[in-house]
Amino acid sequence: MERPFAITLDVGTSRANHTGSWRVERPVYVDRLPPCNDACPAGENIQGWLYEAESGGYEAAWRKLVENNPLPAIMGRVCFHPCESACNRVQVDEAVGINAVERFLGDTAIEHGWSLPPAGPDTGKRVLVVGAGPAGLGAAYHLRLLGHQVRLVDSSPKLGGMLRYGIPAYRLPRAILDAEIARITDMGVEVIVNHTVHDIDVERHEGGFDAVFLAVGAQLGKRVNIPAGDSSKVIDAVSFLHQVADEDPPMLGRRVVVYGGGDTALDAARTARRLGATDAVIVYRRNRDKMPAHAEEVEQALGEGVTVRWLSTVERFEHERLVLEKMRLNADGFPEPTGEYEELDADSLVLALGQDTDLSLLEGNDNVEVRDGVVQVATTMMTNEGGVFAGGDAAPSDRTATVAVGHGKRAARGIDAYLRNVDFVSGDRHDLATADHLNTWYYADAPRTERPELERIRRQTNFEEVIGGLTEENALFEARRCLSCGNCFECDNCFGVCPDNAVIKLGGEVKYEFNYDFCKGCGICVRECPCGAIEMIPELI
Amino acid sequence: MSEQRVHFYQVGSFAVGNRLLSADDRTVQSSPHRTNSIDSGHRACQGCGEALGARYALDAAMRATNGQLLAVNATGCLEVFSTPYPETSWRIPWLHSLFGNAPAVATGVAAAMRVKGRSDVRVVGQAGDGGTVDIGFGTLSGMFERNDDVLFICYDNEGYMNTGVQRSAATPPAARTATTDVVGAEPGNSFGQGKDLPRIAMAHDIPYVATATVADLHDLERKVERAMSFRGARYLHVFVPCPLGWGSATNETIHLARLAKETGLFPVFEAEHGVVTNVSRIRRLAPVEEYLKLQRRYAHLFGAKGRPDIVARLQAIADANIARYGLAPERDELDNREDA
Repeated sequence: MERPFAITLDVGTSRANHTGSWRVERPVYVDRLPPCNDACPAGENIQGWLYEAESGGYEAAWRKLVENNPLPAIMGRVCFHPCESACNRVQVDEAVGINAVERFLGDTAIEHGWSLPPAGPDTGKRVLVVGAGPAGLGAAYHLRLLGHQVRLVDSSPKLGGMLRYGIPAYRLPRAILDAEIARITDMGVEVIVNHTVHDIDVERHEGGFDAVFLAVGAQLGKRVNIPAGDSSKVIDAVSFLHQVADEDPPMLGRRVVVYGGGDTALDAARTARRLGATDAVIVYRRNRDKMPAHAEEVEQALGEGVTVRWLSTVERFEHERLVLEKMRLNADGFPEPTGEYEELDADSLVLALGQDTDLSLLEGNDNVEVRDGVVQVATTMMTNEGGVFAGGDAAPSDRTATVAVGHGKRAARGIDAYLRNVDFVSGDRHDLATADHLNTWYYADAPRTERPELERIRRQTNFEEVIGGLTEENALFEARRCLSCGNCFECDNCFGVCPDNAVIKLGGEVKYEFNYDFCKGCGICVRECPCGAIEMIPELI
Repeated sequence: MSEQRVHFYQVGSFAVGNRLLSADDRTVQSSPHRTNSIDSGHRACQGCGEALGARYALDAAMRATNGQLLAVNATGCLEVFSTPYPETSWRIPWLHSLFGNAPAVATGVAAAMRVKGRSDVRVVGQAGDGGTVDIGFGTLSGMFERNDDVLFICYDNEGYMNTGVQRSAATPPAARTATTDVVGAEPGNSFGQGKDLPRIAMAHDIPYVATATVADLHDLERKVERAMSFRGARYLHVFVPCPLGWGSATNETIHLARLAKETGLFPVFEAEHGVVTNVSRIRRLAPVEEYLKLQRRYAHLFGAKGRPDIVARLQAIADANIARYGLAPERDELDNREDA
């Protein structure tokens, strides 16, 4: 071949030069566990469903959500969203309003009549679920998905457990509750209401059940011995809320005192306000910082005119007069009496001092271990007796609806493993995507969208829902605030910032791939990845 | 040319791409069909800012000219690492002559294209800071003065890196190079005027002058596109960190470029016909220490025998830039920062 003067070689591409051989470290794509997913007691893949919602794929988002939790419209109202407390977005501005988006998805699903996935192929196994609260409903759903037959029994006339009889309607409208429960029972769950199980062994063997899940909840309001005159009206908060839910509210008078500092105490006081109490006073023995109730519930209650006597205990109740003893916190933060007393006019006293579990159905069973008033279980939620599982408030737990739903899922998988006679394997957990893995430069500041609250004056007298939902526009905005911690969201940064064009953009499921022929291992892609989905690992020689 | 602001809060407007944007609204670099003007296999160091800056600028110019582009290169890293005979990394027509004559060669190429009736073919001249502010300065000034139809791009890494990190007229004060050792009362490069080439270019009253960094791709691509909408002499000054010459970690290249802008040390602006028309304001104001401490060429300013007095003089330079160009952050950005 003729070449110009002094030219001896043909021109070739630099692609012959594999600069990847310079590398001592290589970048690899990883999935890290987002802190929201990590914190979710129901094990939702929150980052995953927000990702779908970001592009307006609400049905896909909802389907991803109900893989783990069949009650999003309910959770979007009653969950205390530990996900938001864990959210990394606080490093940029404020946590993503995950709970509000969840509710939007749940409501949208009800509006469009989206149904849950069909039940799995029949395994021929039968499972008895005792109690139709969030744990029982969650278990029934997951058991049906796995193909097991389910009989769901409950002692009350309607399903829902504490969701119906403990949570007031202004927090959870009954139409929403009914819609999400119906969706589960429509999967082919045999439902028996008004049926109290007295002996679990008898019930199990008579019905020929292969496994049992005890989700009987904690329905018994704790009582303390408070000297009270005959005429004094004392009721426990659980009974009070249950009667209100049955539309048969007790007459409490105009001055109602609630004793206790948990969420139930707040529910009772706010309900009393709605029933016409002019004074709804909470008496709590410690201060606001130590109050176990969730801060936003406290905020809402105070906004509705509920008042609180901090650092006080009820000494006695007679002649429409409460005697309170003032307390002080000692160095360890425990309240101790001061010997000072004060009086408070009251027509009735509601005790919200915690709840106990009615486990009389286990009295004939010696194998199942009951300690501290609850059933002891292994990680599979199985008790010491084979095939008997327990969860929700009846097992050791934080006693929230979300924990209960999570227990239901875990128990269903535990039962499935037991029935198939295989080992229970819990899924791999990726490393946590902590804030130091993020490059927050790439996220614009965008304060969260608050849900509209009902005007306070309106909610003092009725049971209309207090917190409104997000509009579609707001929900989309909120979903897009997700930082996608630890999981690639296709921002193209790695593809764009590589000085050696060593990132291949594939699109689709795989998204990107490194071309290790040319990657020199500079690490810019890792440094500039907004969400921490790439890491450098040493090159093995 | 219109610029549309779309708020995708998840990635802001700062990441390279966004799956939620339509293809037309994404950056050139986010496209799998970008030119890749400079191909894989080039021998630039790990984390090279110049290789990145050249691909950003030329790919954008390729899109703006519909692929009718020709590049003339001065001697320097960019030329050496891309074309060791007989290999080439260039996927566009590319010419190299000498260190000092790139602007003149580019002028000649543009003239030749005009004579051939191919005024659709546009010419880019490119060089490092040495080839631009020192060795090629005379021919560049002539190119400006004649208003030749060339976009000249300077990839500024603040020194002669290819030959072993010697000082150029673009090396900042106090920086250690092979020829400005850290000895004496004023260790490193001396304080002086340097050569602020964007402002010198503006003094020629050419149609378009702009500065950019490899840390803000959207801004850089927009400026290249804007430059290509003019005929006549245009100048783009791109800030490209050099891990080897600056003694910085290879993964810090973009972060350093961002800090140069966020401290005020490298003002990012554009000017038309000698008048500043737009500045990129600081988003998260940072003290110069944050930028300096990541580079070993400034190591002598810190530690037990540090020179806080010199750091203060560098801060004064940053503050003067902020005042001169009006770079101070917008108020609400500052508020957000303080909350965070």
